[in-house]
Amino acid sequence: MKNTPDPHAGYAARDRAWHPPALHPPYKTSVMRSPSAPLLSLPTSLGEETGPVFGQAMLGDMDHDLVHNYAEPGESAIGPRIIVHGRVTDETGRPVSNALLEVWQANAGGRYRHKKEGYLAPLDPNFGGCGRVLTDEQGFYEFRTIQPGAYPWPNGGNDWRPAHIHFSIFGAAFAQRLITQMYFEGDPLIPLCPIIGAIPQKEAVQSLIAELDMTRTVPMDARAWRFDIVLRGKRQTLFENRLEGL
Amino acid sequence: MTRRYPILKETPSQTAGPYVHIGMNPNVTGIHGVYEADLGAAMKTGAVHGEEITITGTVADGMGSILKDVVLEIWQADADGLFNTPGETRGTADPEFSGWGRAAADLQTGQYRFDTVKPGRVPWRDGRLQAPHISVWIVARGINIGLHTRLYFDDEGEANSEDPVLTRIEHQHRVPTLIAQKTGDGTYRFDIRLQGENETIFFDM
Repeated sequence: MKNTPDPHAGYAARDRAWHPPALHPPYKTSVMRSPSAPLLSLPTSLGEETGPVFGQAMLGDMDHDLVHNYAEPGESAIGPRIIVHGRVTDETGRPVSNALLEVWQANAGGRYRHKKEGYLAPLDPNFGGCGRVLTDEQGFYEFRTIQPGAYPWPNGGNDWRPAHIHFSIFGAAFAQRLITQMYFEGDPLIPLCPIIGAIPQKEAVQSLIAELDMTRTVPMDARAWRFDIVLRGKRQTLFENRLEGL
Repeated sequence: MTRRYPILKETPSQTAGPYVHIGMNPNVTGIHGVYEADLGAAMKTGAVHGEEITITGTVADGMGSILKDVVLEIWQADADGLFNTPGETRGTADPEFSGWGRAAADLQTGQYRFDTVKPGRVPWRDGRLQAPHISVWIVARGINIGLHTRLYFDDEGEANSEDPVLTRIEHQHRVPTLIAQKTGDGTYRFDIRLQGENETIFFDM
């Protein structure tokens, strides 16, 4: 019955060869925090195919403006002003609307505002480092921030993280839940980073590097960087493909 | 032949890193005033249906050290087995229960805690009922891609014994790693081990 549509096709399995493996010894913390037994593969069911949904009412007016959302009135964060924007789609190319993106980052000097962070670069009193935004009906999002700095971290003797912004993304399903990091085109630290180096394929690394976008850059204000995001998609049945005439 | 599927590659995962709280639980790390409250800190917005429960535990690494920088998220049905999401077509879930929670482990002790409700039973793909369970997702520094597991309950022995997921696990001696222990009236303990002896079962779902 090959042509019968599967009423419960579920989400396509993750391509584990595309993602970083749990164990990547050059990233030392992964050595003791990676499961040693193989993951148990199961098809998705209701609990994985549903997920929490968030609405605009939950968001504050300044949530998508990291330049100002922690700043004193009349002040703003120090650093290169940037706009980060892009589109969230699933693997079939469909836009993911109402996706919640939470972002966090270091300040322009490479310092995080965190209790466990002690890098000698100073905190910026006007920069918290967190923001969030929902995608629109077509899957587009945009937020404003300052370009984060690179910073050193205790891993190898002299490891520096390239400038990056962390993203946490909710699609429509718990199976789509994803955390990743966005990097900046042209950063010479990218090929040196053991965390990026955990990603096996060059094309996959490339998909995490935002490109300078002069068409969205606001003159005399902020440069724009484009970062598109792809979440897992639902498995398509043979029947659906036939309907599309392919 | 059909067209190639999928047509796009999923964005690769990267670790949440040690400063995950800044973005996901800013109040935990002292960033106040940007968001009113940390998202997912409260799962109940009023009087909820069913049994209210508290789940606590820790996440340990392959050396047995407790992670102090881990963040967990849970997603579950309400007491009647319904999900609070527009995709729920079987009925209307308890409006006072979100079904989704997020907790950072305590930065000093590594203990996490969820105040939630005991979930009802939800059908598996073939219609068989699953035992009451909670989907758990774990992220931290050193975890390159978020880990999915499930939490079942040790006082649901009969439902567990016929659960479509638990019964298909080849290494049955590992099943107890998915089962929270009742420690009192409405309280459960669920400790997660990332690696080594009694390693928790993680799913690729």
